[in-house]
Amino acid sequence: MLKILKYSFYDLMRSRWSYVYFLFYLALGFVLLFLNNDLSKAVITLMNVIIVLVPLISTIFGVMYFYNSKEFTELLLAQPLKRSSIFLGQYLGVAGSLTLSLVLGLGLPFVLYGLFKSDTIWDFSLLLITGAFLTLIFVALAFNIAISNENKIKGFGYAVLLWLFLAVIYDGLFLMSLILFEEYPLDSFSLAATMFNPIDLSRTLILLKLDISALLGYTGAIFKQFFGTYTGLTVSITTLILWTVLPIWRLSYKAKRKDF
Amino acid sequence: MIQIENLYKKFGKNQVLSNLDLDIHGSGIFAVLGPNGSGKTTLIKCILGMVVPSSGEIEIQGSTIKKNWRYRQEINYLPQIANFPGNLKVKELIRMIKDLRQKDSKEKDLIRLFDLDSFLDKKLSTLSGGTKQKVNIVLTFMFDSPLIILDEPTTGLDPGSLIKLKELLTQEKSKGKTILITTHIMQFVEEMSDEIVYLLEGNIFFKGNVEQLKTKTNQTDFEHAIAAIATRTSDA
Amino acid sequence: MYKYQLHLLFFIFFMGTSLWAKTIEVCASCEVKSIKEGIALATDFDTLLIKKGTYREFNIVVDKPLTLIGENCPIIDGEDRGEIIRVVSDNVTVDGLYIINVGTSYTTDYAAIRVVKSENFLIQNVVLEKLFFGIYLERSNNGKVYHNKIIGDALDEYNSGNGIQLWYSHHVQVDRNIVQGVRDGIYLEFSDNIAINNNISTNNLRYGLHFMFSNDDVYTGNTFENNGAGVAVMFSKGIKMERNIFKRNWGTAAFGMLLKEINDAEIIGNTFEENTIGINIEGSNRIVYKNNNFISNGWAVKVLGACYTNSFINNNFLYNSFDISYNSKLNDNVFEKNYWSNYTGYDLDKDGIGDVPYRPVKLFSYVVNRTPETIILLRSMFMDIIDFSEKVSPVFTPDNLLDAMPLMKRSE
Repeated sequence: MLKILKYSFYDLMRSRWSYVYFLFYLALGFVLLFLNNDLSKAVITLMNVIIVLVPLISTIFGVMYFYNSKEFTELLLAQPLKRSSIFLGQYLGVAGSLTLSLVLGLGLPFVLYGLFKSDTIWDFSLLLITGAFLTLIFVALAFNIAISNENKIKGFGYAVLLWLFLAVIYDGLFLMSLILFEEYPLDSFSLAATMFNPIDLSRTLILLKLDISALLGYTGAIFKQFFGTYTGLTVSITTLILWTVLPIWRLSYKAKRKDF
Repeated sequence: MIQIENLYKKFGKNQVLSNLDLDIHGSGIFAVLGPNGSGKTTLIKCILGMVVPSSGEIEIQGSTIKKNWRYRQEINYLPQIANFPGNLKVKELIRMIKDLRQKDSKEKDLIRLFDLDSFLDKKLSTLSGGTKQKVNIVLTFMFDSPLIILDEPTTGLDPGSLIKLKELLTQEKSKGKTILITTHIMQFVEEMSDEIVYLLEGNIFFKGNVEQLKTKTNQTDFEHAIAAIATRTSDA
Repeated sequence: MYKYQLHLLFFIFFMGTSLWAKTIEVCASCEVKSIKEGIALATDFDTLLIKKGTYREFNIVVDKPLTLIGENCPIIDGEDRGEIIRVVSDNVTVDGLYIINVGTSYTTDYAAIRVVKSENFLIQNVVLEKLFFGIYLERSNNGKVYHNKIIGDALDEYNSGNGIQLWYSHHVQVDRNIVQGVRDGIYLEFSDNIAINNNISTNNLRYGLHFMFSNDDVYTGNTFENNGAGVAVMFSKGIKMERNIFKRNWGTAAFGMLLKEINDAEIIGNTFEENTIGINIEGSNRIVYKNNNFISNGWAVKVLGACYTNSFINNNFLYNSFDISYNSKLNDNVFEKNYWSNYTGYDLDKDGIGDVPYRPVKLFSYVVNRTPETIILLRSMFMDIIDFSEKVSPVFTPDNLLDAMPLMKRSE
């Protein structure tokens, strides 16, 4: 698996797209910092970027890579290699190079700006960790979509739909159901609903840092327990890990049974 | 070498292989023939483990291939479409495959044989179809394995290279290897193959050498003989 | 003892008659062994020098103008039996004592030091621990409570008292005190013209500072941090609040500052940081908010009910979850030349003022007011889209609630 990872990674490191992605984040970081001159504001803007763009780019890139490397995959399949290693290797290659682009692209400008001297470093690290998780999750989801759909167009369609659903529609439905059932105690429901969407989950994780003052204003005992203690952080990170592991597990399950 | 029993494969509603039995033993060149959609590629992919059979048993060198991948160490495979990761250079691709298989290889002789030296530093995406196929051939023959499977090896080759490929095949056969080939070029089959496996609607319609086929179909010409099988089935 | 009295008589003969106050030393090995004894012996304007040691006394009544000075922090242990020092005379100074174990009662407000109907008092450098009420000023004017440290260990509101309490007391200075772990850090009721400066009131159960029916008071340079509900200013007029820091007051009903029925106040140069609500305003009119910093609050300013002719000028609103929240569609308040970190407009003519007005009330804040659980959707893309559409064409938020001249850079 490590060899496949290595070659996929090399392959991606040569491809234009990794650089585009990397340069995009680099530019974003510099623009945010040096036009604004305000670290805290930059971190808030970054949060929006991370929970919207990272999933989108990861999904598209993941699907694209999977389809484009079809022949490469077939070449590998004829080699004495375990199937799951081939796919996990490719997955880790893509997710790894995307994560690297994200962390380096955003990290560099912030380090140059003097992040280490600032107390925003924790918020920033949390952002990067969340971004890394989102990359891992959405590349895994994208691979799942691609492996289940031979048709490229369909695969892309589903991928974009998935992103749209998790990034926007889900929250719309969520909001509607909260307003519709406002007479009922809703805090367990809303926390649970958050857990079922990795984007919301990441957002909550960041809210814990940025908006804790507002979150603690709410009365519900479960909310209080969740946000007021380390429970929120622990539960969120555990669920994020689950969100990463489950699609990867399904990917390797599907990979073992797929015909090429 | 290869032993297949009761092999079934269904893609959706489409039954591609049904109750296929096949025994291939000893050295020689075995041509797998059949009309389009008869299941040639599927059969080969089943042997390679790329397609998971619906049911049935495939044994290579006496051991089942189910949930096994190490047996592929003993197979050299030439895929139908030679489409490689475009970002890699030829040299790197060869190095990568060598790295993956961890086996002795003789790529240098082959590169010389096919005049690929000048292409080694080129990216695969810039190569022509024929050159890609040559690279494909180098990758296939550079290892010393007892079983060689070639899916349409002649695609895109110029006559000179075709001759070299034939020489290569004869050479490998003389080393006692089992070689499985699918192709549409009947001349190539007639010239090279020791035995023909004719697939029809997911089953083996005929297995034997060229002479036997001619006798069976009462034809003197090989190409006609093949065509005769096809017409006879369409009559049936 | 007899010898001492002789000595004392001698002393009075010489000094007392010439209006020189004498000093009485109190310590375990002195002639005078208790404070009460010392007070009984003293005459007006004497000084009681209380030496290091522990004095188990309570109900000490200071009924003549005396100066009580502790040397090296003598401990007065009330043993939870009731009030410890009661000042009922004018011109009393209490200085440098360490008072512990004030009695707790559900019927009487026992205090460590109570000043009753007295003038010109000075209470300074006193440390209070394990207390019920700390320093209680009752109908006492023109005094000073300076540089004291009050450290309570209150757990429940119903059986705890306030750190410094003023009741019907006017013209008092409360300066440089540290109050923590009590019910209300500083509590004022019916007390006018009070100056509360440079105090640090933290970790109190209820309010760091609590005003009721007290007018024309000034408080500046205080720090109020992590109090149960923050600072409450209620039913008062003409209060000036300047350069205070309100920090980390978190919770359901917590705010940096609560203004209720406050008129004609000035709130200038304060910092509200990381509070659930920076300022909660109810029924307060003609208040000027100027040069304040609102940083990382849940709601920087929450306006409830009718609030008229307030003006917000030159404030900085930085990284608050919500800048302003309104519960009505009416607006009679002015927002001008504030800096809003959420502002995304531009300044083409480079005059430092954004060319597009800023709307500080988001639709989402309405949604959250209605269904609090929706707070979990904060900063989601869906909410951003909804807020954007509300920004473009306001339906739920007051149409005229905007800062027409938002600053491009933080105002200093």
